[in-house]
Amino acid sequence: MATLTIADVSKSFGVTRVLDGVSLDIQQGEFLSLVGASGCGKTTLLRIIAGLDHADTGSVYLGGTAVDHLAPKARDVAMVFQSYALYPYMTVAQNIALPLSMRWLSWRQRLPLLGRWWPGSKGQRARIAAEVAQVADALGLAALLGRKPANLSGGQRQRVALARAMVRRPQVFLMDEPLSNLDAKLRTQTRAEIAQLHRRLGATFVYVTHDQVEAMTMSDRVALMVDGAILQVATPQAIYDDPADLRVAEFIGTPRINVLPATATARGLQVLGFTWPVTTALDGAASAAVRPEWWTLHAGLAPVNDNSCSVVGRVRHLELLGAETLVHVDVDGVATGLIAKVAPEQAAVLHVGTTLTLTAPANRVLVFDSAGKRVPRRAPLAPPSTQQNSGLREVLHG
Amino acid sequence: MAEAALRLSAVAVAPRAGPRTGALAEAFAGWTLAAPAIVLMWLMLLGPVVAVIVLSLTDWTLGAPAFRWIGLDNYLALSKDRVFWISLQNTLAYVAFTVPLSVFGGLALAMLVESASSLRGLYRTLLFLPVTSTLIAMALVFQFAFHPTVGLVNQGFGALGLPTTDWLKNPSTALYALGVIGIWQAVGLNMVLFLAGLKSIPRDLHEAAAVDGADGAWERFHRVTWPMLGPSLLFVVTITAIRALQVFDTVQVLTDGGPNKATSVLLHQMYQEGFSFLRTAYAAALTCVFLGMVLLLTWMQTQLMEKKTHYG
Repeated sequence: MATLTIADVSKSFGVTRVLDGVSLDIQQGEFLSLVGASGCGKTTLLRIIAGLDHADTGSVYLGGTAVDHLAPKARDVAMVFQSYALYPYMTVAQNIALPLSMRWLSWRQRLPLLGRWWPGSKGQRARIAAEVAQVADALGLAALLGRKPANLSGGQRQRVALARAMVRRPQVFLMDEPLSNLDAKLRTQTRAEIAQLHRRLGATFVYVTHDQVEAMTMSDRVALMVDGAILQVATPQAIYDDPADLRVAEFIGTPRINVLPATATARGLQVLGFTWPVTTALDGAASAAVRPEWWTLHAGLAPVNDNSCSVVGRVRHLELLGAETLVHVDVDGVATGLIAKVAPEQAAVLHVGTTLTLTAPANRVLVFDSAGKRVPRRAPLAPPSTQQNSGLREVLHG
Repeated sequence: MAEAALRLSAVAVAPRAGPRTGALAEAFAGWTLAAPAIVLMWLMLLGPVVAVIVLSLTDWTLGAPAFRWIGLDNYLALSKDRVFWISLQNTLAYVAFTVPLSVFGGLALAMLVESASSLRGLYRTLLFLPVTSTLIAMALVFQFAFHPTVGLVNQGFGALGLPTTDWLKNPSTALYALGVIGIWQAVGLNMVLFLAGLKSIPRDLHEAAAVDGADGAWERFHRVTWPMLGPSLLFVVTITAIRALQVFDTVQVLTDGGPNKATSVLLHQMYQEGFSFLRTAYAAALTCVFLGMVLLLTWMQTQLMEKKTHYG
């Protein structure tokens, strides 16, 4: 069936290398998101899959067959454009019917005036109309079939674009930021609808977005792209918990992951004068990263135990979001400061200027080498009873 | 919060003090702001039109100290004037000949230029040059080109074994020879207008059509380019038709309405009546007929094409 394989695809526009040896395997029926900042090459990759652009090197395989030489229409892929690309002079019904008209009618039957009367045309046109009606019904467009796109709301236009893609029953749906022109509320709703649609159709979806929430909430797997290369392909949970690269860790997650400069030693990680009980195969400069929600806050200078990783700072700013509070903390040695996401009651005692200790469990600290590659933690050593974590004392007295 | 909301709604429903004075002030402001435009429109456009209409109901001749009201006599005379009917027929034939050719020629050139990979700017400039040239001066060049013996046209036709004639002196070809000059001049501007129209078609639409299966040259043109050019087409056809109706300078310079009125057009007759024969009132009546035609044509075109044209 329709597994989609991208093998070592590279593409340059002039001197700019947009895609740099991208390889990706997408399973039949999978929902895969290509996510990355704008300009990372994700849309170019989608266009190469669609056949709208051609790779300089490498190949695209659909169901095991190379499709590089095929025109877009011959690839059995449908595309939903960011702008929806609806034909403004056609009604909703005509927009949805076009892909079928092009496939099911001969060129004679498609002739502007005569085609209607060509033998066999009537039956085919009735079949197309039935198909259009069915798809329109499924997407709640039945009442809008006679309208022109200019008289539709953004959400309705988006549905028409989806219907136009669906009506052909393609093996692969390609979606280029289909929600970016919708308002926030509609986006949340449509997100769920597209995910449901995917489950119902069982087709392969390749979904390009710069919005990590879309990628995380809808996908079976997420492929994170930076500068024309895929850094990691994994399930949303794995890409969040277990990022392979510092850039992945920084891209996924809101607020952004906290990155602290560190030095890896055999004893543990030296972070801003503290020793964190995190050991790796690494020796030397490293980065320690902690998600905002893993910090526990203690007002003042809290005692430090052997299994926790601590830093000391001062509250710069508090953001109350109701269910949680974001605490922005100034820490010497981290220019951007740190952010902790805590329960409101934890933050209740804090004020701007409060000195506090942030603590994270050692098994939640992610370590990256100086090139940004993830370094696995070693199994925690049994803490030697005599050894005390002296980090806090060093800060206080040293 | 609730209290504030209540107060706000109370403000909203409270009757405004003196609604009549408010409306008056608004009307006054509206007229004041529109006044410059209204004054200018009457001075430059509507005033002269009214003057011409009034003039066409008199027997005034240029320089005459007095005039009489003669009602519709000028129009009656027009309807019996053989030259008027010839001019009208010639004008319509000229429009019917030049408008389709210069519109579709402009479209074809625009699509060729747009698809050219290099030298696009050069082609665009070369094809636009006729628009910038002085038609009277260029008409003289065409006079040489149409010259019966040394002219480029007859030389070329002769070399190809095609029939030759004295294009501007032959009553059956003179009007179309002038039409060729008209097309030559109009096609450049039409091309530029269509180029702008082509540029405004989003690339996404062509790509969506390619994915949907409409990727042949004809399908792309018929499904995307042509309907998307609707607004441009409406504009191009209207201005080309109006400019063709107004053809005058080539007629005046090259044929003077001849031979035997074969190239007499409305504007040329108007000029002759008004400024050669000094029958000002009669010329005014001709002008009214001409204005009526332009108005009718414009109205018809907008009516016909607005329906099929989409905007946005």
